[in-house]
Amino acid sequence: MKLNDIVMGSDKAKGARPYFFDDPMAERVMNIAMAIATEVAVIRERIDTIERLLEAKGILAQAEIEGFVPTDEQAEERQLWHARYAARILRIVKQELDAVANPEDNKPMHQIADEINEM
Amino acid sequence: MGDNRQNSIGYSLPPVWTKLKQHAVFPHFTHDERARYNFLANLNRYLSTVIAPGVQVAYERRVEPAFKAEHGRTFQNRHELREAISRDAYYQMWAALRRCTMEMRQQNGRAVVLRQAEELAQRVQDTLKGHEDILRLRPGFEVPRYLRHVDNHLMPGSYHTQYFEGDVANAANYDSGLFVTSGGMLGSLTDGGGRAIAKWVRENYPDFKPKRILDIGCGLGHNTLPIAEAFPDAEVWAIDAGAPMLRYGAARAIALGITNVRFVQMDAEDMSEFPDGYFDWVQTTMFLHETGGKAIHKIFKEIGRVLAPGGLTLHIEQPQYTPEMSYFEQFMRDWDAYYNAEPYWGHMHDLQPEDLMEEAGIPRANFMQVGVRAVNDLDQPNGTQVREDYGRSPIWNVFGGWKPK
Ligand SMILES: C[S@@+](CC[C@H](N)C(=O)[O-])C[C@H]1O[C@@H](n2cnc3c(N)ncnc32)[C@H](O)[C@@H]1O
Repeated sequence: MKLNDIVMGSDKAKGARPYFFDDPMAERVMNIAMAIATEVAVIRERIDTIERLLEAKGILAQAEIEGFVPTDEQAEERQLWHARYAARILRIVKQELDAVANPEDNKPMHQIADEINEM
Repeated sequence: MGDNRQNSIGYSLPPVWTKLKQHAVFPHFTHDERARYNFLANLNRYLSTVIAPGVQVAYERRVEPAFKAEHGRTFQNRHELREAISRDAYYQMWAALRRCTMEMRQQNGRAVVLRQAEELAQRVQDTLKGHEDILRLRPGFEVPRYLRHVDNHLMPGSYHTQYFEGDVANAANYDSGLFVTSGGMLGSLTDGGGRAIAKWVRENYPDFKPKRILDIGCGLGHNTLPIAEAFPDAEVWAIDAGAPMLRYGAARAIALGITNVRFVQMDAEDMSEFPDGYFDWVQTTMFLHETGGKAIHKIFKEIGRVLAPGGLTLHIEQPQYTPEMSYFEQFMRDWDAYYNAEPYWGHMHDLQPEDLMEEAGIPRANFMQVGVRAVNDLDQPNGTQVREDYGRSPIWNVFGGWKPK
């Protein structure tokens, strides 16, 4: 019999889950962050395996990776990637800034709904 | 590599997961699944060696002083202490992280075995071909109520749930994941406890030649096999309530070339199948704390009955809580009872082992208690040991005694 590991894999154990933080929501977010941290470690280990296999096959040496200096063009592309990545991660903070900076665009939706009803 | 030895910067690393012996019924792990466990083992090691000691600091510097200031006295028991420390922000962070790593370990391991559950069941069946007589499961067996009442150490479905006939998923999860919680300190076959007890008995009682040995609550036999190996002429009976554990355990024994153990589904509260005085040695390993408040007394009565006059009984557990143990230490050791779903742990460790032994017919004069450290093939010579982590370190309390002739 085939089992559904996607759903059953995350089954809860019997008994109420204790929360240690005063705000359980903060603890849930921490749990998600720790799971993502795990996946970063998994990717890091996989890349390490690839590098070591490439080295063993004589395709590249890890020293080449350590000594790598990007050309100006490559550096620009890479820095752009980091910038976009940072922006994705901090989206919620940036949008909070927008809300504070532009109160006219930050009305509650029910108010907008009432206003549109008059338009 | 990582080998539990402190390296040049004085930090001890857990061994990598690939050090575990991949016997014939061991689940298959992809590269990334192995990496996930490597990270979790390291996360646990960091939590236990760097973060956890801070809980004591927070306790001594602010939790206890604040309580004293308010009440004019210190704590009178570990429960009062729990109340107070639960409001401390440092404790909260450590506890939340520890709970989180336990849950991640269960989720990760469970997903691995569920995706290959069919294939694992088939491999177990194939391995047992021609050895079917070493496994006996009972159709209609009733799993003890207290086992059905909780998923011990947060393993969904516990030891007894099978998702289809012949299923061994939960046993395979237990086998491949204990490494993460123990940080690899139990050896490549997760059998450091069994190895330690076999060695201790042989060294201390070189003339002891048991004909029949009983291991109660054997699980998948991690700690049964080293005993069977050390006493190859003995007939070893391993009993447990969980069908997946027994099935997987029997196949694992065959895969490891051990043929003098039979795995039988039986409730330890009623071992009437065995005649009086049938065994020369009755063993339990990390079993008693997962029983129940009434059951444990029935079990000791049964142990007394099936043990032969002149026979030996030994029980590997964590240290009992005694008046000399600080409330802080009791609380930390008790943590798993509340927060890692080991609810009987605390009550069990409040019992006096001498009393339990008396219930099994071992008079106080014959009572013995020793500390035993895991025999770990992954430890290096001169290895510096990792600091005690309240109930997770590979050092156990063994109590027991000889039944009068
Ligand atoms: C923590 S495991 C210990 C496994 C094993 N002794 C070891 O050291 O690896 C506890 C085991 O006890 C079994 N158990 C609990 N109560 C039992 C009972 N009344 N009769 C038989 N087995 C029982 C559970 O099914 C579980 O496999």
